[in-house]
Amino acid sequence: MSITVALTLTSFAAALVIGTVVAAFRVSPVAPLRAAGAAWVEVLRNIPLSVLMLGFYFGFTKIDIRYGEFATAVIVLSAYTSSFVAETVRAGINSVARGQAEAARSIGLTFPQSLRVVVLPQAMRTVVAPLGSVFIALIKNSSLAGLIAVVELTDMADRISFDTARPIPAFLGAAVGYLLLALPSGAVVGLLERRAAIKR
Amino acid sequence: MTASVLAEALGPRARRRVAVVSVAAAAFLAGAVVVAVLRLADKGQFDADRWRPFTRWPVWRFLLEGLANTLRAALVAMVLAILVGAVMALARLARNAALRGLAGLYVQFFRAMPLLLLIYFAGLGLPKYGVKVEPFWFLVLALTIYNGAILGEIFRAGILSLDRGQSEAAYAIGLGYWQAMLSVVIPQAARRMLPAIVSQLVTLLKDTSLGYVIVFPELLRLGRRTGSAYGNTLQAYVVVALIYFTVNFFLSRLAIHLEVRQRRRYGAGAIAVTGVEDLAVLSAQGEARR
Repeated sequence: MSITVALTLTSFAAALVIGTVVAAFRVSPVAPLRAAGAAWVEVLRNIPLSVLMLGFYFGFTKIDIRYGEFATAVIVLSAYTSSFVAETVRAGINSVARGQAEAARSIGLTFPQSLRVVVLPQAMRTVVAPLGSVFIALIKNSSLAGLIAVVELTDMADRISFDTARPIPAFLGAAVGYLLLALPSGAVVGLLERRAAIKR
Repeated sequence: MTASVLAEALGPRARRRVAVVSVAAAAFLAGAVVVAVLRLADKGQFDADRWRPFTRWPVWRFLLEGLANTLRAALVAMVLAILVGAVMALARLARNAALRGLAGLYVQFFRAMPLLLLIYFAGLGLPKYGVKVEPFWFLVLALTIYNGAILGEIFRAGILSLDRGQSEAAYAIGLGYWQAMLSVVIPQAARRMLPAIVSQLVTLLKDTSLGYVIVFPELLRLGRRTGSAYGNTLQAYVVVALIYFTVNFFLSRLAIHLEVRQRRRYGAGAIAVTGVEDLAVLSAQGEARR
């Protein structure tokens, strides 16, 4: 379970950073960056995580790109999750009133400045709840690290079930573990959402 | 909505700056691609031998068989999950408190479970208790239970998103609960939910690849077998990824198209496509504020 938590937290931190940068690319006035951002999102979003995970682990070793199992899982999970973060943040950016960006430009801020100082801080407040859903999805997706021999919660349950030949207690234990992670996360997201809400 | 979100017509100085950054970014991206290609070529990954199997029909037939199995499992699971989801949504909106509680428990529990855990349990756990069917049905069972919970939430949101006045009007003209549901509420809610349902289908299709772990011969497993048979693992994964990408890309487009059409016809009532429920609300707020 601690491995599931470690996978989730590390990958989410990385995915937040990558996703925000990609979202900024996708709304930028620079066409090649927009195209690169769109390609990143579409490719990662439309390929199953399992294919990415196994492809990276077994395919990329052929070209001498090799990391440990845990590092591979974190890389793949953060890349995959970043495409969802990017889409969410982009929706948040689009939800910021137009006048805000126009005001930022009219006082002479450049695009990166107005995005960083004016638009993103407001966008981030509105996307707390959807990002919370992305986080909870990531807790569940981290189970796929088991495919490449990272012994996280699901893989652990599978092994115990195999060793003891009693699947119900093993899997029920893992289920309780996931509930213990998902329910408090949901509560924390709700709390953050209330604190981040823009009061008008 | 495009780049114009932040910048309307640019002045001459900003246009020059954008042009410079564009060229620099294009050069950088092209450079990265060139380095990647050189590195791959260096390792012999572009050797014709490694790609030749994918020019032969038997190999494709093998892979397409996998795709067919994937689609078959996804389709059957989707139909069953829609049934389960509908029952759950109706139960959660029912007047009977016990029914509401049970359905709520089901939805909350299975929504928090990783699908992989359910598949392991169905495919590797149930046989220990004497349940013996083909892997196909274990996979469909797990997909149905999981997606039934997700779709139940989508359906509930769709029904609740409808103005109360609709059902009140139906009761006012003398319809009963079921009549009002079937002929007034559900037809309207279904239209709003269609994009979200299609995008959940994309997710389900991707999730079908997890049938891999219980030796169901779907696309990923057959792709992997091809890779090890011809010694071209990387190429096999690339081809499998491309097949998934093509199918899912068009389905995603369909979902977005449906959502846009929905917005045009019925205002901002459609439920968000991305599976992140609050996005429709967010962008609707943004549009309203503009």
